[in-house]
Amino acid sequence: MPAERRIIFEHIDQPGYTPDLDCYVRHGGYAALRKAVACKPEDLVSEVKRSGLRGRGGAGFPCGVKWTLLDRRSGKPIYLIVNADESEPGTFKDRYIIHQDPHQLIEGIMITCFANTVKQAYIYIRGEFPEGAKILERAIAEARAAGLAGPNILGTGYSCEIYVHRGAGAYICGEETGLIESLEGKRPYPRIKPPYFPAVLGLYQCPTIVNNVETLCHVKHIVSMGGDAFARIGTPNNTGTRIFCVSGQVQRPGTYEFEVGKITMGQLLYEVCGGPLPGRKFKAVIPGGSSAKVLRFGEHYKGKRRAGAEMVDYDWALEDVPLDFDSLALVGSMGGSGGVIVMDDSASMVEALGNLNAFYAHESCGQCTPCREGSLWMKRITARMVSGEGRAEDGELLKSVADQIAGRTICAFGEACAWPTQSFVQKFAAEFRGYPEARKSAGPSAAPLV
Amino acid sequence: MIAPIKPDLVTVNVDGREIAVPKGTNMIEAARLAGVDVPHFCYHPKLTVSGNCRMCLVETGVPAVDPATKAPVIDPGTGRQKINWSPRPAIACATNASPGLHIRTTTPLVKDCREGVMEFLLVNHPLDCPICDQAGECKLQEQATGYGRGTSRYIEEKNVKPKRTQLGSRVTLDDERCILCSRCIRFCREIAHDDVLGFVDRGSHSTLTCYPGRSLENNYSLNTVDICPVGALTSTDFRFKMRVWFLKQTDSIDTESSAGVNTVVWSREGVIHRITPRRNDEVNDTWMADSGRIAYKAVRSEGRLTAARVAGRDGSTGEALAAAAELFREGGVAVVGSGRSSVEEQFLTRRLAESLKARAWLVSRVGQSDKLLVSADRNPNVRGALVTGLVGELPQKTLGELSAAIDSGAVRTVVSVGEDLLCAGISLVQLGRVKVVYLGTHRDATSEAARIVLPALTVFEKAGSFVNQQFRIQKFAAAVPGPAGVQDDLETLSALIRAAGGPDLPSAVGPLWAVMAPQVPALGAVQHGTIPATGLLLDSSPWAGLPFVEGESLHHKPAR
Repeated sequence: MPAERRIIFEHIDQPGYTPDLDCYVRHGGYAALRKAVACKPEDLVSEVKRSGLRGRGGAGFPCGVKWTLLDRRSGKPIYLIVNADESEPGTFKDRYIIHQDPHQLIEGIMITCFANTVKQAYIYIRGEFPEGAKILERAIAEARAAGLAGPNILGTGYSCEIYVHRGAGAYICGEETGLIESLEGKRPYPRIKPPYFPAVLGLYQCPTIVNNVETLCHVKHIVSMGGDAFARIGTPNNTGTRIFCVSGQVQRPGTYEFEVGKITMGQLLYEVCGGPLPGRKFKAVIPGGSSAKVLRFGEHYKGKRRAGAEMVDYDWALEDVPLDFDSLALVGSMGGSGGVIVMDDSASMVEALGNLNAFYAHESCGQCTPCREGSLWMKRITARMVSGEGRAEDGELLKSVADQIAGRTICAFGEACAWPTQSFVQKFAAEFRGYPEARKSAGPSAAPLV
Repeated sequence: MIAPIKPDLVTVNVDGREIAVPKGTNMIEAARLAGVDVPHFCYHPKLTVSGNCRMCLVETGVPAVDPATKAPVIDPGTGRQKINWSPRPAIACATNASPGLHIRTTTPLVKDCREGVMEFLLVNHPLDCPICDQAGECKLQEQATGYGRGTSRYIEEKNVKPKRTQLGSRVTLDDERCILCSRCIRFCREIAHDDVLGFVDRGSHSTLTCYPGRSLENNYSLNTVDICPVGALTSTDFRFKMRVWFLKQTDSIDTESSAGVNTVVWSREGVIHRITPRRNDEVNDTWMADSGRIAYKAVRSEGRLTAARVAGRDGSTGEALAAAAELFREGGVAVVGSGRSSVEEQFLTRRLAESLKARAWLVSRVGQSDKLLVSADRNPNVRGALVTGLVGELPQKTLGELSAAIDSGAVRTVVSVGEDLLCAGISLVQLGRVKVVYLGTHRDATSEAARIVLPALTVFEKAGSFVNQQFRIQKFAAAVPGPAGVQDDLETLSALIRAAGGPDLPSAVGPLWAVMAPQVPALGAVQHGTIPATGLLLDSSPWAGLPFVEGESLHHKPAR
């Protein structure tokens, strides 16, 4: 069994570890910031680029590249936004960091701000995390009092303020341009890209970095160990560790930190998480948060992939798929936010999809026609199927509706709400066709869907 | 005339056709220039791009270049530069013309995108077109026919939303019909500068509403009705009164101020039902004030003058003209012209004054400018009076000199072309001392006191032209016939000229222009027939020094 490699989660759930500054400093905290402020900002950026760190929020975009895309010649202030909206269903890692180790995040923020000459950073935390917001406020106050944030940080003359901004409970506020609109006090309608790339026209039309909580924590460790050392963790192009949030029908759900690509789906689910519940078999898994395409146990994936400089053949069962960004993309899904949602043979894929569709219909911001109308339509179809009024052709209709959404909207919510339907229907076509008949003979549904 | 500044042109390719367009033109407009219609709902040429309806999705491609050498990659098959087509469709409204940009609007992907968007827009739409007031001018109806699948796969329940919300005193909203394009929201924010509309709730349950405690009361609220692509926003005045396909459209000009807003007058069988703005990118874009839309109500209002009167008794026009001729022979006549008369009427008024060897006066109407389309000068045609030589200077609010001349007995007869003298500073006592010849549309103090009344037509019942604050001459046409027995104002004026012993001048617009233009230097070589629908700028230099009352407004910067 591959061993966990706890970097971000080093102190999480450790007895006696508290979220206050003293405890953090006792464990070596803020040494990386002291090291960073002695460096030139541009050297820190190249260090992060060398580390190969990819964003842990969902898209997996290289963090250092994101920073170099900033428009530094506009003369406008540069903002950092910490995306702590953690709203992708199946994802619950950032909350652990915020609750148990807030100073790790603050240290990552301050290093990132220093590296990018940012004077103001905003932590956009989801509305459902009131406790997290309080903890962060407390931690920021402590850091300010100790000269680790706010004016004249560590006596260097460099100043940077961090503000906590609570969302009001909307999934779309995790989309970076929707988040920016919300932070500006407006409805979180995602912006059209181009021209509104945050690196150029972000918060208040100024260049802006938007990074996930986990990503920023990694920055701290990159500065501590050096970019090259970080790049040796994990696998090429998929460096470092990442936190997998395993939920659903599995023996030991929870958060696990592994080197990226050094563990397979089978190892994670059977060895680390103890396999299926007694008497059950795994049926399907969503590997990267609810919008990632579902993978079916029994599937095989074949093809050629890049390994370093050369191309090699791969022939994987689902259990063999390494959990890294590139491999999960190869098998038609994504690493996303690291939320691994497991379904066993007791789960109805129609009902599971009905649950997801209800979520997406509720969370569509309503800006673009296809997503606004399509997400609700898909919800209504699956709800009707679950209520016993399904038709054998509903699966195809669902898929066709989803096909009319993906790729045709302003933001990636279009894909996020279409991918579950597309993949569920495609991979479980027979179940969708047979569900209406089976549902009739099963009698009234035990629990109504959301 | 100043030559327009030539913008940077870039060549783009629309469905295989190359066309040069100004750099930065969005691809809906570029395609339009190439003769290709890209359907859309939320895009409006005078508002910011919102990109939400997704109807204008097209395929885009850019010329391929070698990443290393930057040299063009040539397609061996065609010998032309290869085009890298994006696998993802893009919205034409937010895609700006760049050199070599290619778009395709007829591919299976584009067709599928349009069918998808149409289907989505209709799943929660009431589909009760036969009882919808927008039928006949509904973009949803038109584009469903043009680009939809024609059948529905939707068997679920539809959304239920408020059916008749009064957003303001003039605008009624049916939320179920709303397609959430946000044009009205953007209009209020960007043009009317009255940010009162917004959406509440989210997803398909999003609902258009006013901000709490606010209502849509600004003087431009009805533009939201004009730009609403569906039957969601309707004019409380017009809704369910008339089917639009029964209405005749006549080009006209708003007379409420010197802005000269271009309008369309919608009428049926001699009755006007509404007035809407007509696009003129140099004057009013696509907008007009609500206040100008009710002007037609004067046509059939109480107190309309429909018969000639002589000394308090109804008479024929002939009798009235004969009585006028008699008065004119007594001398001591003054003429009060109007900044609300057309250029043609003002020219004849000038000729009348000349024939009578009388001085002509003009009355000003000045209000507050709204800095948009209601200018400070509430006369539509003061500049016409300058251009035609009726007066040489700007009008005053009260006719002080005329008043003195009446008191001194120098003026014994006043011809008023549509001006209520009481409002122009002439007192009732003075009105009793002079004999008034009055051309008017409605009963007022002057018509009551007048010796001779000649009924006149409203702007909707006659043709002519006005010169707006930019010195732009703009034509208007007769939308409806005048009341029975009321002759055209030009006819009345030319008859009065003859009664004054003046020449026999034409009384139809066309022939009159042949006489007028050579006598009016600013018109120069302008012919009535060749004035375009959007008007023609005249040389304003002779009046450059006058202290016009208008300030800065949409498309107007006063020369100071």
